[in-house]
Amino acid sequence: MSGSRERDEHSGVETTGHEWDGIKELDNPLPRWWLWIFYATIAFSVGYWVLMPAWPGIHGYTHGMLGNSARATVAQDLKDLATQRGAAGAALKTASLQQIEADPKLQSYALSVGQSVFADNCAPCHGQSGTGAKGYPNLRDDVWLWGGKLEDIQHTITVGVRSGDPDQRFSQMPAFGRDGMLQPAQVNDLTEYVTALSHRTADAAAVARAAPVFAQQCAACHGADGKGNQAFGAPNLTDADWLYGADRVSIHDQIWNGHGGVMPAWGHRFDPATIKALAVYIHVKSGGGQ
Amino acid sequence: MTTVINTIGNEAHKRAPAKGSGPSPAGGQPGGLYKKREPIYPKLVHGKWRTIKWLVLIATLGVYYLLPWFRWDRGPSAPSQAVLVDFTHARFYFFFIQLWPQEVYYFTGLLVVAALAMFLVTALFGRLWCGYACPQTVWTDLFIVAERLFEGDRNARMKLDAAPWSFDKAWRKTGKHAVWLAISLATGGAWIFYFHDAPTLMKQLFVGQAPMTAYASAAILTFTTYSLAGTMREQVCTYMCPWPRIQGAMLDDHSLQVTYRVDRGEPRGAHKKGTGWEGRGDCVDCTQCVVVCPMGIDIRDGSQMECINCGLCIDACDDIMTKVGRPRGLIAFDTDAAVLAREEGRKPDYKFIRPRTLYYGVTLAVVSGIMLYGLLTRSPLALDVIRDRNPTFVRLSDGDIRNGYTLKLMNRSNAPATYRISFSGVDGARLKAVGAPMEGDSIDVALGPDGQRSLQVFVTAPAPQDERHSTPALFKINSPAGEAVKKTVFLSGDEGHGDEER
Ligand code: SF4
Ligand code: SF4
Repeated sequence: MSGSRERDEHSGVETTGHEWDGIKELDNPLPRWWLWIFYATIAFSVGYWVLMPAWPGIHGYTHGMLGNSARATVAQDLKDLATQRGAAGAALKTASLQQIEADPKLQSYALSVGQSVFADNCAPCHGQSGTGAKGYPNLRDDVWLWGGKLEDIQHTITVGVRSGDPDQRFSQMPAFGRDGMLQPAQVNDLTEYVTALSHRTADAAAVARAAPVFAQQCAACHGADGKGNQAFGAPNLTDADWLYGADRVSIHDQIWNGHGGVMPAWGHRFDPATIKALAVYIHVKSGGGQ
Repeated sequence: MTTVINTIGNEAHKRAPAKGSGPSPAGGQPGGLYKKREPIYPKLVHGKWRTIKWLVLIATLGVYYLLPWFRWDRGPSAPSQAVLVDFTHARFYFFFIQLWPQEVYYFTGLLVVAALAMFLVTALFGRLWCGYACPQTVWTDLFIVAERLFEGDRNARMKLDAAPWSFDKAWRKTGKHAVWLAISLATGGAWIFYFHDAPTLMKQLFVGQAPMTAYASAAILTFTTYSLAGTMREQVCTYMCPWPRIQGAMLDDHSLQVTYRVDRGEPRGAHKKGTGWEGRGDCVDCTQCVVVCPMGIDIRDGSQMECINCGLCIDACDDIMTKVGRPRGLIAFDTDAAVLAREEGRKPDYKFIRPRTLYYGVTLAVVSGIMLYGLLTRSPLALDVIRDRNPTFVRLSDGDIRNGYTLKLMNRSNAPATYRISFSGVDGARLKAVGAPMEGDSIDVALGPDGQRSLQVFVTAPAPQDERHSTPALFKINSPAGEAVKKTVFLSGDEGHGDEER
């Protein structure tokens, strides 16, 4: 400390000796209340060390007299949440999917549960808003590979597609070109044929050549008229919706390689009430399915 | 110890430090580092202003403690408490008014009105709010009543505080603090009744089943009441409260404030009975105005920031003036301009209408008018339309375009009602809502009293032939209580857009 301190003329208070732009700082003492609060915080922190986990050591940490543990608290909170949800979600267990949808309260509860479950589990493939991507079906439109009724959606979620579940949804598009089942020229003609199916102009000669091939190879799943079959998850080829792309290159590639996606069987992970909520959520957001 | 070098000159630090500032000159002595609070022992006065203050005290405290117990019949669907902040259901009830969270702007409006009213009153009559209606003043007054009950008036209190501890002193102090705590508890307790059904909560409180927040709120308010009104008192007004600073800006030379009329009082001095009054002022220097002041100031020093305009010094001085046979009103509600005018031998004029008061008054009237109009024309039916943003639209398998909307419907009345939702603005548009019955081209939604529902609604229309991607559209709700319309848009895209969506 410097040996001499200046005293301010007006207030009679010592200055700190600091000066900025000609302004000198007064060395006023701390307010008493401030000081007491400061002491109180010190006392509090000592109490806190004693009561709560505080100091790290070589073999662990001080546990505190209250035995508080953030891990245990979280576990307890999660348990409480489950019971809480159980109460609110009890009706989800007993009500039918249609009843859930028709009851405004139940529907809005199912929607909020469905939304968070969807965002956590389904969004990585189908997108945050369920609009899908190439190879991942759009869940917001009216096109459904396995059916868009409430029960269909519920079942698809439960068993998945090519998931390994004993009841899995299973469809298989052969790799007609890659596996040599059709000649390259035939695949080219089929591409024209499929393009024509969805009401677009195509090479008439190629379409005529492909007609018997389609009837023989494709109609079993996609139907003689190409309208698909939800029982086998075979897409409708006459609409405007294309899972693997609508242009000729994409269609050709699909006939040649025969892509098919996989969806997990969520029945192994979610309880039935959650799956119901998810089904209602998807059904409502798709405008009521088909 | 540090050596003090005074650069200004030796006189400076010899003069008494300004009130409320600075350490003792020795600085750093134990106990001398902090200025102790100077205790204030306001003396009881009687008179016109004190009576008004009592009446305001009874009225404001009465309203505060009793209001939650007023019942108001709102039918079976809503609580029958006249004033209730219902957090669980997000409603605010105030007699015939019921506000929903979407209407918080009424509270904003109320705050604006309150502020403007305060500006106007302050510009006209000084810090009347502080002196009469401020909770801090009112509760402090009440606490002083309790204090007087146990420890007596000013002189007795000063003697008691100076006396060594004795049984008498101990029980008086204990009794006082016990009553203070009881009042504080009642204050904190009354507060929580504004947030729950009062009779139910009262029972729960006593059997220990009230929510934790209720006990916590009551405890916090008990503590603040006890410390602010009991122990801190005038320090709150002088050091903690921002209002004195703000109100100072509303005052001018024509504001009526508690004023010591220097023109009449000076020169002051003791007066012997029977002597004349020539050549001297009316103030007999009895300091009665000082000892009654709850803020511990001497109003004869002129108007000060600490003064709350309570008028108690007026009562005290009027008493003295009557005793010495001089006209009352040596201290009175008066203006600086009037004092100045009399000093200069002019007749004072009182200007109530000034640009400032006119401005505050007109703004106050306008804002209150808007609030009132809003409340009176408020529709019991409310509709919010939120467009789905992701996806903005969906192309269906037949090429049609579908847009999704979330409709929030609110029935703010006490009767059930059926609302008919229709959509217009887009050719060939079809409505659909999952879980709500269709009625021709519209959807019917039944809402219970005080009910609300959010509904996912889809509008499907043929893809437009032209290039338009955004078509203005309308949602309309019809109900027996009236109609609500919300503008929105219908979004669509060309081929390219449609495929990008997938
Ligand atoms: S000076 Fe008078 S009006 Fe001002 S606070 Fe004191 S008693 Fe009240
Ligand atoms: S009460 Fe009146 S007479 Fe007495 S000191 Fe105050 S101003 Fe002067």
